[in-house]
Amino acid sequence: MSASSLKSFSIPSFKLPAFVSSIGNKLPQWPHAVALTAALNAVVKMKLLPEDSLERLEGRRFLVDVLDTGGRASFTFRDGLFRPLFYLPETPDLAFSANLSAFLQLMARQEDPDTLFFNRELSIEGDTELGLVVKNMLDAVEWPELPKLPKLSNILSFRT
Amino acid sequence: MQPQKIPELVCPAGSLPALKAAVDNGADTVYIGYRNDTNARNFAGLNFDQKAMVEGIRYAHTHGKHVLMAINTFPQPGREADWHQAVDGAADLGVDAVILADIGLLDYASTRHPDLRLHLSVQGSATSYEAVNFAHREFGARRAVLPRVLTLAQVELVINNTPVEIEVFGFGSLCVMNEGRCWLSSYATGESPNTVGACSPAKYVKWEKSPGQMSTRLNGILIDRCADNEAAGYPTLCKGRFEVNGETYYALEEPTSLNVIEILPEIARIGVSAIKVEGRQRSPTYVAQVTRTLRAALDALASDSEHYHVQPAWQADLARVSEGNQATLGAYNRPWR
Repeated sequence: MSASSLKSFSIPSFKLPAFVSSIGNKLPQWPHAVALTAALNAVVKMKLLPEDSLERLEGRRFLVDVLDTGGRASFTFRDGLFRPLFYLPETPDLAFSANLSAFLQLMARQEDPDTLFFNRELSIEGDTELGLVVKNMLDAVEWPELPKLPKLSNILSFRT
Repeated sequence: MQPQKIPELVCPAGSLPALKAAVDNGADTVYIGYRNDTNARNFAGLNFDQKAMVEGIRYAHTHGKHVLMAINTFPQPGREADWHQAVDGAADLGVDAVILADIGLLDYASTRHPDLRLHLSVQGSATSYEAVNFAHREFGARRAVLPRVLTLAQVELVINNTPVEIEVFGFGSLCVMNEGRCWLSSYATGESPNTVGACSPAKYVKWEKSPGQMSTRLNGILIDRCADNEAAGYPTLCKGRFEVNGETYYALEEPTSLNVIEILPEIARIGVSAIKVEGRQRSPTYVAQVTRTLRAALDALASDSEHYHVQPAWQADLARVSEGNQATLGAYNRPWR
């Protein structure tokens, strides 16, 4: 396996079996929100999100619904930080729903959100303009370059 | 074998990562716009602030690529100064050209910035060589982007009768293409691309899910309803389904993407100077995917035009990102005129 084939690793489209969500949605949901807000706050602290877009999130309630795991995370943004909500709002200001693979593909910038929307793999409900702000804010993030991995082929060549 | 001269590849960017994706994947030129209504892609949270513009232009120029600034809406009465400021700002930033639609603004730019290269926007709706030559004669326009309503033969006729470089669309979402003159969005919302810089502004769009279907509303008006397995399009009136004489269907335009990859040799042969990719509203991922594919096709054409053939992988990659899951050659191969 060469380094280039590592680089071209892609997340396949998949859907978890139905029993996963039937178990998942019986589990407490707040740990998802805690994990997600911690990740978002790390990005905020790195100053990767534009201030003017963040201002527009103030006090709004968000819901991320991972359909095939049955996991839901709800959170808000207040005073410069994302904060988990420990209840699921009945009418969030903005809700994204998709299967786990679509969310992973989005985060890895492997798929375009509009493509997923056209193909009905991603749904957006609530305040559409707020949704566009969030989408464009995440698109504008310049992720710091990850440290280069050692070439796997070099490591494997030691086997001989 | 004569090396084939190939058109310049002009790609969209609504953010700095998208601009870098375009440059890194083989664009010759990237077009961008301000975060205001001088830009026909004035969507919430999209586009470049001053800092991102400076960095984007530096990045492109360092890599030997060009940057165009789209100031492609029509100045609103009493607010002409905002559009003038956009043109002055673009000149100060050192962009390689500005893309303008409004005649008054072309006049301002040519008078105030005689060295600034001017491109006539598709929103300027110049479909004949007379219109293109007028922009050249009066304002010194060096390039014109043709509306997506002409057949290939008509494009060739324009090229053969003008000194102005001709740019055509090569890939991206299609609409009713009454370019520069469409008021459908205003009919439903009071706002449209030419006035506020956005078609179907997001604040008027609502998607409602119910078991088995999704409804799309624009300012409260139901414009489409999709079953769960049906592809969706952008929430514009022209792509809505309406009941006409008892039948419900896409009465104006079906969600469709343009894709000219099959006719690239013809486009190059007739002397098109540049092909443009639509989609500043889309993510860096889309820009990378489409730019990479068109670059591969253009390079294949440049290296051996006689044996150019469309790779199935190119079509598959482009079909994947297309709106409406169907691609057409648009007006280029239309038998009627």
